Amino acid sequence: MSLTPDLDVIALPGPTFDVVYEGPDALKDVPTHYCPGCTHGIIHRMVAETIDELGIRGRTIGVAPVGCAVFAYKYFNLDGCEAAHGRAPAMATGIKRSLPDRIVFTYQGDGDLASIGGNEILHAALRGERITVIFVNNAIYGMTGGQLAPTSPEGMVTSSSPLGRDPMLAGYPIHMTEMLATMPGVALAVRRSMHSVAEMRKTKKAIRQAFQAQIDGLGLAIVEILSSCPTNWHLEPTAALDYIRERMVPEYPVGDFKIAAQLTNK
Amino acid sequence: MTRELWKGNEALAEAAVRAGVDAFFGYPITPQTELLEYMARRMPELGRTFLQAESEIGAINMVYGAACAGVRAMTSSSSPGISLMQEGLSYIAGSEVPCVLVDIMRGGPGLGNIQPGQGDYFQVTRSAGHGDFHPIVLAPSTVQEAVDLTYLSFDLAFRYRTIVIIAGDGALGQMMEPVEMPPMREPTVDRPDWALSGTAGRAPRIITSLYLDAEELERTNLRLQEKLHAIHTTEQNWESYQTEDAEWLVVAFGTVGRIAKSAVRAARGAGIRAGLFRPISLWPYPEAALDELIERVQGVLVVEMNAGQMLEDVRAIVQGRVPVRFLGRMGGVIPLPDEISAELAHMARMHQRGNGFGSQHRAAERSKIL
Ligand SMILES: Cc1ncc(C[n+]2csc(CCOP(=O)(O)OP(=O)(O)O)c2C)c(N)n1
Ligand code: SF4
Repeated sequence: MSLTPDLDVIALPGPTFDVVYEGPDALKDVPTHYCPGCTHGIIHRMVAETIDELGIRGRTIGVAPVGCAVFAYKYFNLDGCEAAHGRAPAMATGIKRSLPDRIVFTYQGDGDLASIGGNEILHAALRGERITVIFVNNAIYGMTGGQLAPTSPEGMVTSSSPLGRDPMLAGYPIHMTEMLATMPGVALAVRRSMHSVAEMRKTKKAIRQAFQAQIDGLGLAIVEILSSCPTNWHLEPTAALDYIRERMVPEYPVGDFKIAAQLTNK
Repeated sequence: MTRELWKGNEALAEAAVRAGVDAFFGYPITPQTELLEYMARRMPELGRTFLQAESEIGAINMVYGAACAGVRAMTSSSSPGISLMQEGLSYIAGSEVPCVLVDIMRGGPGLGNIQPGQGDYFQVTRSAGHGDFHPIVLAPSTVQEAVDLTYLSFDLAFRYRTIVIIAGDGALGQMMEPVEMPPMREPTVDRPDWALSGTAGRAPRIITSLYLDAEELERTNLRLQEKLHAIHTTEQNWESYQTEDAEWLVVAFGTVGRIAKSAVRAARGAGIRAGLFRPISLWPYPEAALDELIERVQGVLVVEMNAGQMLEDVRAIVQGRVPVRFLGRMGGVIPLPDEISAELAHMARMHQRGNGFGSQHRAAERSKIL
């Protein structure tokens, strides 16, 4: 005899509900390890929704970074792998060149992409690899506990810049996306922000264009997303969104540095 | 089958092509570069993937990606480039994806030079990256052997989901020799059931080397060790040359193994019963075969183009049963047959005089010589 009661039999009559909102297929229904108020999770959702909308879930492969998003492959309902710190664009290159009809994307933090992996993203862009890069810039090393990143704004206090970022000591914030936009191999290079719902909507649209660029075989597409790290910024979640608007956006203006003409209506 | 004259590096490349390599990623470095250049011409001809990477770090991570996609992926480099690949090799080992790597060793440390060397022995057999793993390391001593080993390397790599390193040196890479090329294999179209390809019609697949839970990572390591153990017991490979009645055993690999053959013949000409033990697999080291030979010889001479790296493996097997001497040249200097046979003559002479090179003196001499 089964110990599990037959649900059909014990279901009681009652009100029925319409489903008005569901998680995307491309995201697993599992809890994530992200801190409360962290915008990594929302960005995951936007990527997953985009994959669903474009109907590419069955042929998409994700490459996770080393950083807070290291377990992205556990959350996306996709084939996925885990790159070494900063090497995701090289790994994605190997996958895409082997399986040119698949959709390959990397999901990388700013330490991963702009510091240790600077060379890998630069040359993937130079070659115009047909990959999509989701570049989550929270101006700090989240996973290792809040150290200075090449992206940290001037004066930012971090655990490895206790007196605030001093450009004479640690240089100036790096603008990766503007730099990559100069390369002919890049089809899309834009910056978006997560500090308000309106900005998030624009982020979602840019992510969609970045995947469309790959579907259309136009070149490398990168969306830099200004994201919060309330934990290591030592701020409440809402204050962290204010920090993006007040401290990050002035340094890293939201905007389109390059969008291939074919993408403008997509 | 006809024999054609091939340059070592190009022969290695063509052997990989005939073995069905799908994707090659590399970065120029002497004395390996002809391999990359050959692939640059040959792979596109066959509609396969060739890409010159931005660095060896890029190259090995492209190999990692391609290997995750289940294709036959390879790279080649020389010593400083292999140092840069260590991070990627460790991830590949941890993720258990197959790939082939050719190391045409040169002199080190540092930039060293572009002359032949064997100073990567530790690097490729022991410390190809952080964590507990060993690639399978195969050391050809002729261009023909390089071709034959490369031809089989992908089968080995896929059978065990492991890294196979073909460890040659600048001399092997640059020399020209007559070679009989194996037939061209049909490219494999079936991809392994662990490979990434998109989830269409099945559950997601994940390839990772990350296990945050201590017990889980230990279990993963134990499984990896079990696999390495299986490789260790089944994949030992070596050549014994004139060892049947040998009293004096030379142990040497690769280019030096080949030179030592001439030395053994010369020594025999001078009345010294010499023989050669040439490991072909450097990992797994052919322990059992060497162990058995040690029982029958008076002494061992290890010759390498380094300061004594394989020497440590030999000592561990000899365990003081007979004296072990070492002859090493570095910096790209290749030991000559004369040097080796002179050393053998010296050992035999010392033995005759009872200067420690005989069983009666073994225990006493052990500490001095080892
Ligand atoms: C080779 C290597 N160096 C350093 C580290 C340690 N490490 C892990 S994550 C990380 C920084 C991640 O920061 P970021 O890319 O900005 O992502 P976030 O965690 O902020 O999302 C570092 C330095 C590592 N895992 N590997
Ligand atoms: S440490 Fe920062 S980036 Fe990482 S999960 Fe927490 S809030 Fe997000």
